[in-house]
Amino acid sequence: MGHGLANSSFKNPVIRWMDQRLPLFTLMHKEYAAYPTPRNFNYFWNFGALAMVVLMVMIVTGIFLSMHYTAHVDYAFDSVERIMRDVNYGWLMRYLHMNGASMFFIVVYIHIFRGLYYGSYKQPRELLWILGVIILFLMMATAFMGYVLPWGQMSFWGATVITNLFSAVPVFGDQIVMWLWGGFSVDNPTLNRFFSLHYLLPFVIIGVVFLHVAALHITGSNNPLGIDPKGPQDTLPFHPYYTIKDTFGLGVFLIFFSLFVFFAPNYLGHPDNYIPADPLVTPAHIVPEWYFLPFYAILRAVPDKLLGVVLMFGSIAVLFILPWLDTSKVRSARFRPIYKIFFWVFVFVCLMLGYCGAKPAEGIYVVLSRLGTVYYFAHFLILLPLLGKLERPLPLPTSISEPVLPRGGGAITAGATAKPMDKA
Amino acid sequence: MVNVLRRSALAGLALACGIGIGAAAHAAGEAVEPPAIDWSFNGLFGTFDRAATQRGFHVYKQVCSSCHSMDLIAYRNLAQLGFSEDEVAAIAAEYRITDGPDENGEMFQRPGIPADRFVAPFPNEESARLANNGALPPDLSVMAKARAGGPDYLYAFLTGYVDPPDGTELMPGMSWNTYYPGHQVAMPNLLFPNGVPYTDGTEASVHQQAYDVTNFLMFTAEPSLEERKEMGVKVILFLIVFTALMYAVKRKLWADVH
Repeated sequence: MGHGLANSSFKNPVIRWMDQRLPLFTLMHKEYAAYPTPRNFNYFWNFGALAMVVLMVMIVTGIFLSMHYTAHVDYAFDSVERIMRDVNYGWLMRYLHMNGASMFFIVVYIHIFRGLYYGSYKQPRELLWILGVIILFLMMATAFMGYVLPWGQMSFWGATVITNLFSAVPVFGDQIVMWLWGGFSVDNPTLNRFFSLHYLLPFVIIGVVFLHVAALHITGSNNPLGIDPKGPQDTLPFHPYYTIKDTFGLGVFLIFFSLFVFFAPNYLGHPDNYIPADPLVTPAHIVPEWYFLPFYAILRAVPDKLLGVVLMFGSIAVLFILPWLDTSKVRSARFRPIYKIFFWVFVFVCLMLGYCGAKPAEGIYVVLSRLGTVYYFAHFLILLPLLGKLERPLPLPTSISEPVLPRGGGAITAGATAKPMDKA
Repeated sequence: MVNVLRRSALAGLALACGIGIGAAAHAAGEAVEPPAIDWSFNGLFGTFDRAATQRGFHVYKQVCSSCHSMDLIAYRNLAQLGFSEDEVAAIAAEYRITDGPDENGEMFQRPGIPADRFVAPFPNEESARLANNGALPPDLSVMAKARAGGPDYLYAFLTGYVDPPDGTELMPGMSWNTYYPGHQVAMPNLLFPNGVPYTDGTEASVHQQAYDVTNFLMFTAEPSLEERKEMGVKVILFLIVFTALMYAVKRKLWADVH
């Protein structure tokens, strides 16, 4: 680096002139066109790009919604209904935004479980993973505050339950809660600050996503085999190979998204949120949105409030140190026969916790929640450290192209371990 | 169409009776699953049954509106149900609206216009409670989305008034409803055979009235339903073609890589 102009390989004089002074075109070309990508991605590698698209959809629809929304306890509910009725395509913006939140979590959860299965968090991608966990945490905060904005019954009581969690903090608990509320209960100041933060945090998410992608492009992408590319024969330029594959995946995803938006827009929501908030009437069952249910189950599994809160936040926090808890050097579960079993048990436990979170905290659901909570933490804190020492991984292929290329000739060799899906 | 209505009403009645018997065994407080009804607005191509929805408006106007407000709905919204501009203006003009203040600083009364919201039966919550034995009749604007089971529940609720099971003591002023969570509800049964005169020849049975008013409530809760489904079909068709095309391009591009 130094003084003078940057090198540019662009021929168009206008683009070249700009590129020499601010090499955005070179950057874009390097990161999104030439970026060498392992050639053996399966469709689980679509979900990062899908998450990016959903984030954009959320921001665009959110900006339009905020132009018509009134953040005041007396008007919030009616202003949302006004958007649904009197604003041109307001119903479309709102249903896209409402269901987009669920889609965002579906996509991101699959993205995370893909990372867990293929060991994408391991050396050298630890920081990339940690940035991802930060994004998840920001998403949860944003989604929670967004759900409060329509000021329905679940908005109000969800906000009351979640903010009250902080009262479990020793000594300062009550002061912290009052400070969060901006008063003595969830009220107009709470709604106002939630709206402000709900508008702010997505832009923080964009910033962290930028760092997430930047870190990814330093280490390069992981792949289903979990081994590093050995050279150009193992990679493909991102464009056009993965741009087209992502576009096809996006089409499939948008069909799924549209089915909810146009034909079942309230399926993932709760009917109580169409009842205006009433501080004097508590709903029979206060349940969060589906994407928080596993964490809600962990919270309720513990009889002690403080410990419940600690475990709930701990269930996310443990992901931060995951790269050091998993002691196995082998990334992909494909070559870890024992881990593979425990991975699916873990998936099952997460789904079971989600199911328990939706049910009233009584009887068998409490027992299952407790078992699930113990298993959730045991998976990370006991199983993963031990497995790395005890498990004998299968032999790794010598390169990515070795198991992939012979398939193209039609002959299936004994050494080809890749499943058909990987080459698609 | 009337046949379909009658059949679904009958099916609903049969199911309601069946479940009603089962419900007696349920502990109070447990919700009874309402029977699923084949509404005209269900499905990918669902639309509102205009005739039923218009009759439903009359049921609301003559029965429900004496206690329940509909603050989010304006008289102009009725045009979407097939009422003509003149009919909407005439309906609006039946109501007296308090407007003002005028240049003398006085509030005054004027006839309603299509842009006015439905006039509420009570000026405030306190007077509504006073007139209803302490209970507050909820606003019905989005009612069809505000209860688990949606329109199925509303229909089941409106047709779910039965005598309380033997040995159950009703609290003063309460009625027994099979589908209401807890069963004891402050709203009495208000739908009676021919209680609302129908002018289009439809028999105004209790089930027909409940069916019609539920159609109307679904319309007020989700006025953009038809536009939404129509757009949805186009969007999905476009996306299927787009996605298939992208798949073909992807196959072609990747053909030389494998």
